[in-house]
Amino acid sequence: MSDDRDPDSPTSANDLFSTASDGWDFAQPVEEPAVAAAGDTNRNAPREKNKRIRGAGPMTTGDKIRMGVRGVGQTLITSGLVILLFVVYEVWVTNIYADRKQHKEQVQLAEQWQHGEDPLEAAQEKLSLDPGAQVVLPAGQGFANLYIPAFGKDFAKTIVEGVDDASLEKGPGHYPKTAIPGQIGNFAIAGHRVGKGEPFLNLDRLKAGDFLIVQTYDSWYVYTVLGDVASGDAEVADASGLTGRSIVAPSAVGVIAPVPNHPEQAATRSLITLTTCHPKYTANQRMIIHGELTRTVATNGDAIPTELGGTI
Amino acid sequence: MYVWIWRHLPGNTWLRALQTLLLISIVCGVLLFVVFPWAEPKLPFNDVTIDSGGTE
Repeated sequence: MSDDRDPDSPTSANDLFSTASDGWDFAQPVEEPAVAAAGDTNRNAPREKNKRIRGAGPMTTGDKIRMGVRGVGQTLITSGLVILLFVVYEVWVTNIYADRKQHKEQVQLAEQWQHGEDPLEAAQEKLSLDPGAQVVLPAGQGFANLYIPAFGKDFAKTIVEGVDDASLEKGPGHYPKTAIPGQIGNFAIAGHRVGKGEPFLNLDRLKAGDFLIVQTYDSWYVYTVLGDVASGDAEVADASGLTGRSIVAPSAVGVIAPVPNHPEQAATRSLITLTTCHPKYTANQRMIIHGELTRTVATNGDAIPTELGGTI
Repeated sequence: MYVWIWRHLPGNTWLRALQTLLLISIVCGVLLFVVFPWAEPKLPFNDVTIDSGGTE
């Protein structure tokens, strides 16, 4: 660009012109004889050309405009590339970090269980006692595994306590103060839809009757997505008006109430609720999946429930 | 801007190309590992929770 030349040393700049390897700037002087030979009919043409040798004369208004336009163009292209890179970061790079964190949680929970430690131990007593009992776990603590066979046999995520950003980056997060797995009430968890491990990427593909299987230290809890199991339509409401899948406003806190959408009522069923953002890539709404506990199996060594292709 | 940078890099074309690649990777690295992680929580793409106004 002509504006970048040192204006104090036109001579040295011109010397540079004749020897430098930078082809961009010297195309014009080299071309000049050809232009002159061809331009006999218009004697002004070569002179016009001379004026425009870069760095050799004062900038014309045209040069300034060109410079400005070029600057705007470069800025736009640059910001476009930066935004593209951000998309790559969101949908790919964050997954790498989140998967690593999730894996760490899985290993950690497996180790704890192996040593006979149950993060939910203190909570277990309350399980059969009081439907409204609130369970307090440290934020970020993994305490159960979630299996969704509809997403593939290898879909296994460790659920951690808390729905703050740091917890959700580790895996699906349990809404504090909602029920724990198996408890009467509503076991509510949130998970990312795109990026950050995207555990709930395919929640929209869940059908009525699909299994959501939660493994704790001493039990397997098999939840079944609500809706019309015969047709698989999860958007059909059951007798109590609860659907397997719904789209709600981000402020619809009622969906994680012990009796969803009826915060004033006392819970009588064991439900599971999954929340994620909707539509994909946005945060305009939330997709909600409700399921009900249909079977509880006590842990028996390494055996896995029949719903997961196992034997118990 | 890019022409200006290119012109101010020392060495021949190959050396300059090498430095350009280095500069690009530095910029990408800074964006991916510093700027984006910082900016991302401030953007609303990834709210997956139900809440009544807070970030939780």
